Amino acid sequence: MKNIFIFIRRYFNFLFFMTLQIICIILLVKNSDTYGATYANIANEITGRINTQYNTVHNFFNLRENNLQLQAENTRLKNLLGSNFETTDTTFIKHIDSVMTDTLGKQRKYLWLPAKVVNNTISQQYNYMTIHRGSNQGVKKDMAVISSTGIAGTIIDVSENYCRAMSLLHRNSKVSSMLKKSQIPGSVEWDGKDPYYLTLRKIPKSTPVAKGDSVVTSNYSANFPPNMMIGIVSEITKDPGSNDFIIQIKTSTNFYTLEYVNIVENLQLEEQRRLEAVKVKNE
Amino acid sequence: MSLLIKNIIRFVLFILIQVYILSQVPPLHQFITPYLYFLFILWLPFTISRTALLFLGFCLGITLDYFLGVPGLHAAPCVLIAYLRPFLINLLISQEGTELNYAEPSIKSMGFTPYSLYVLVFTFVHHFYLVLIEWMHFGTFLYFLGKVTATTGVSLILIFITEMLFFRKQQFRTNTG
Repeated sequence: MKNIFIFIRRYFNFLFFMTLQIICIILLVKNSDTYGATYANIANEITGRINTQYNTVHNFFNLRENNLQLQAENTRLKNLLGSNFETTDTTFIKHIDSVMTDTLGKQRKYLWLPAKVVNNTISQQYNYMTIHRGSNQGVKKDMAVISSTGIAGTIIDVSENYCRAMSLLHRNSKVSSMLKKSQIPGSVEWDGKDPYYLTLRKIPKSTPVAKGDSVVTSNYSANFPPNMMIGIVSEITKDPGSNDFIIQIKTSTNFYTLEYVNIVENLQLEEQRRLEAVKVKNE
Repeated sequence: MSLLIKNIIRFVLFILIQVYILSQVPPLHQFITPYLYFLFILWLPFTISRTALLFLGFCLGITLDYFLGVPGLHAAPCVLIAYLRPFLINLLISQEGTELNYAEPSIKSMGFTPYSLYVLVFTFVHHFYLVLIEWMHFGTFLYFLGKVTATTGVSLILIFITEMLFFRKQQFRTNTG
């Protein structure tokens, strides 16, 4: 017993070093999927507050460009107001909820909330953005983040007044997408190299693809509304190991100047998830 | 200014510069991310105890990690260089007893060549370990080698510029003083 204490005292620094290293690695590994700990929330809240301060200065320099962008987006939205509604089958409606439907019998599926980005990284391998809108303002996990020019990420972590989104420029980010022309679905990922380019996979080689084709979110994507712009095809290579193309796409969102975004809630997502979670009985 | 206040100010400044300037710089190339913040550990006084050194290294790393959203990634290399620092300092200036005469490592207190070697070794160790952890998750070997070399080079230039811009005056402390 005495020897153990002598050993610990003698190698205290080395043991302390090893403990800290192990803590670091555990943090890193735990973090690689999602944050589970409330303690991430606290840190999020504090760094978010400092980021807001920094942002008030930083924003001033981007005002002109942002005003132009906002104006362009407003015009676009005014032209497209009906696009967030989905027609439901009206043949067998039992009762009509006056809040959820409008007079034409359309049911609201996507709700758009405005929000402001207070911190955003691009130079890391795992990029996140912090957005000044939290659970008090109706943000939930898995909502979509969409900028005025294209989609930007997914919410992964929410505190009272801030939320943190996994950017498209993240090693683990995967978005269900399709080629606008042929409607063939694929998956958009990031290879961690250039923040201007994303990779589109799982498009079979038989699909007609050309440079300059638009890539949009697919009809199967649960949290993103369909037909939201992701980017434009810039380079097409054939994967020798499979039947698929590897397509480089140029992002339509400029991640360098991301500032005002919309957070989009799929009001029917929970219902869809619940239905999909039920085990099929005739299997 | 007391040593404690000076180091607290340094800590805050290094973190802010790293988070808001160096990590915001549009990447020149996929291999290059400039790092400067770990200079805080290299500039700590000679007399600091090894346990405190390790603890400060961990604090510095974890603070940066929470700003960048990847807990543990930078803390691990910081703890490593904090652990190795006393060994290298003993190796470089064992005979002359400099640690008694000057407060902290600098060009003036250690001499140009030993100090450069000191900075070079720790910059390399820091980046090697950092990229190694990143590489465990993904990447090719070429990416690993390229990133270590390029990042070390850019960081060294930055450190060199910092040393020239903020020349730290070091008082010669005598025993009689």
